Amino acid sequence: MSQSRDHHDLPFWKKYLISTDHKIIGIQYGLGGLFFMLFGFLLMLLMRWQLAYPGEVIPWIGKFMGENRAPGGIMLPEFYNELGAMHGTIMVFLGVVPSAFAAFGNYIVPLQIGAPDMAFPRLNLASLWLFFAGGVIMLASFFLPGGAASSGWTSYAPLSNIASSGQTWWLIGMACLIQSSLLGSINFIATVFQLRAPGMTWMRLPFFVWAQLITAFLLLLAFPPLLGAAVLQLMDRVLHTSFFMPSGLIIGGQAPEISGGGSVLLWQHLFWFLAHPEVYVLILPAMGIVAEIIANNIRKPLWGYKSMVYAVIFLGFMSLIVWAHHMYITGMGTAISAFFQATTMIISIPSVIILACLFLSLWGASIRFTVPMLFALAFLPMFGIGGLTGLPLGLASADIHLHDTYYVIAHFHYIVAPGTIFAIFAGVYYWFPKVTGRQMNTVLGHLHFWPSLIAMNAVFMPMFIQGLAGISRRLYDGGAQYAHAQDYLKLNVVSTHAAFLLGAAQIFFMINILWSLFKGKKVTSDNPWQATTLEWAAPTPPPHGNFEKEPVVYRGPYEYSVPGASKDFSPQNEPACRQAGKE
Amino acid sequence: MEIPYTIQPRQDTGLFNAKLGIWLFLASEVMLFGALFSTYIIMRVGAASWPQGSSVLNVPIGTFNTLVLISSSVSMVMAWASLKENKWKMHKVYLGITILCALAFLVVKTFEYSAKFSHGLFPKTSTYMAIYFTLTGLHAIHVIGGIVVLSYLFGPGARMWKTRPEQFTNRIEVVGLYWHFVDLVWIFLFPVLYLL
Repeated sequence: MSQSRDHHDLPFWKKYLISTDHKIIGIQYGLGGLFFMLFGFLLMLLMRWQLAYPGEVIPWIGKFMGENRAPGGIMLPEFYNELGAMHGTIMVFLGVVPSAFAAFGNYIVPLQIGAPDMAFPRLNLASLWLFFAGGVIMLASFFLPGGAASSGWTSYAPLSNIASSGQTWWLIGMACLIQSSLLGSINFIATVFQLRAPGMTWMRLPFFVWAQLITAFLLLLAFPPLLGAAVLQLMDRVLHTSFFMPSGLIIGGQAPEISGGGSVLLWQHLFWFLAHPEVYVLILPAMGIVAEIIANNIRKPLWGYKSMVYAVIFLGFMSLIVWAHHMYITGMGTAISAFFQATTMIISIPSVIILACLFLSLWGASIRFTVPMLFALAFLPMFGIGGLTGLPLGLASADIHLHDTYYVIAHFHYIVAPGTIFAIFAGVYYWFPKVTGRQMNTVLGHLHFWPSLIAMNAVFMPMFIQGLAGISRRLYDGGAQYAHAQDYLKLNVVSTHAAFLLGAAQIFFMINILWSLFKGKKVTSDNPWQATTLEWAAPTPPPHGNFEKEPVVYRGPYEYSVPGASKDFSPQNEPACRQAGKE
Repeated sequence: MEIPYTIQPRQDTGLFNAKLGIWLFLASEVMLFGALFSTYIIMRVGAASWPQGSSVLNVPIGTFNTLVLISSSVSMVMAWASLKENKWKMHKVYLGITILCALAFLVVKTFEYSAKFSHGLFPKTSTYMAIYFTLTGLHAIHVIGGIVVLSYLFGPGARMWKTRPEQFTNRIEVVGLYWHFVDLVWIFLFPVLYLL
């Protein structure tokens, strides 16, 4: 079977440039994603400084920002807008999605289903290159004369239509990223449908694979409308059409030379048709990672695996019909609001099912508190806070007060930052031994985890209070000009200091990765966590083609502590007959 | 291990990998064009006045182009069927007809576009012209993409027939599915833009 395909033993630079191996591509996505997350985080630190100390000179780096961004080291509002738009864009499309979906999905999914590679390895490489192109375009746009895109990551029209050329670059960069994830999602779905090993039935798929599969469907079906919207906005910006330009628009006291007749709401509909499923694209892979790690560390089956699978399918479907709950105050009408309010309340049910199953799985378990498990456990309440605080936003009447305040920022950051990003950390700690053959350091792991957990909450919890007090987001001075915000300005300082602490905690993570890569304790078996899923049946690190011979699956994904078994885990590829007490 | 089902279909799905891949791609294309057709509806419903398509566009030319594309779809099927029947020469003829029809479609489209430009009708003239140029332009890009792939399979890609005939037949089938979709989009575009 193991005939050498091309690029078996490539020199280092070729291996990382043109290899079509899903594992190499996964690692590249992971490194790219982590880099962009760090970059997006640094943009945010600049913003946080400005919010806590508006009008003060940015220490150390302020004077290198340039006169059109921060004259004399003091940040201009325009530059703050750029930072805000690009922080969101980079974190979502270049940081979290490539890490949680593309990196872990590429590396782990083929291994977990017992496949030799992705179904279309060359498409996979094309997807990576498009991701790279999109990233370069986004980064390069900072050096344009008018700066990068500054109309928010949502790019609402008509503001974005009349913005400087950074917005055009943003649209082209997004087009690359959309094509990249389109190719990726086709590949994932085809891989899971076509390349499952013999015996790997649908209900034997690890939950992580299910989560990735549903995510891929969301990307496949929700991203194209944003591509359509990007095409329309490019038409508006380049050929001066009026898709998003209404009649009677006055810009700077003058009527622009356009035909008019467009609809500003149209952009919001097309954007949120992608961007709400995108929320689930951000969270589902995280749930999958957490489910794997929890099952492994409680040493018993996940409680309600099947309900979790049905819940995730239902969630994927529902996520396509909730988008307009982002638009309650646009005046689209109460009937439509009522519809989207109902679907939004319904979609919380499957999320709660998944979270409840993970919580109930902990009941009565003798839990191994490994570093990945700590992050996975922290994910549960953090995602819980993020999810529950979303309910008032989903109710149209409550949303009137909370819309566009810091409450919204706190809500979705609780889901994505201590939610998804913690899950990404958990996944890195968990699968590091499979990828490198070495364990990550536990002490450094604790030094990473505890400050991160505290700092995350100290960053975002104050924002709930500020939001309830009615402080709008996207203010470059954090509300200093508003009377109702005066009592809450101190909280900006708390958040900012916590954000710097959060950054400091990540240094331990970076040291840990580098140190463990070369000096970490070598694993003695292919299955150091004593896990049941198939990726641990492959050699460490898995060679090109993954498995020495095609694995055969005999059992479900989480058969831990099976009564009568000789050990407390029964890998999926272990035949049932070898087991006492089973036919 | 080698990647399975690159040529033979998998039993439980009944598909080889590329066929599933192209269907998924077409699903995403449906969403892309769906978004743009929705845009058309929203533009039209919100417009103060909307021209009857036939008063702006040339219906006979549009009808001719529709027939050209339908013929190309038929010859595309025949190109695939001839491969299944192992008739290489017929395959070449039919594939050639498909490419010629596609080129003819583009030539006609170019004349239509330049006629509009010479009458002072540009994308920015009105939202009707904007959506017309966007939809037909995007469709034309799809036609060009199809021509590139079909020409590759007609020219250098045809060598595969000698070494791996089954895989080559699959390729023709997959590009055929794409080509029918491009045709189908036009079947929707034509009445929406020209007749309604």
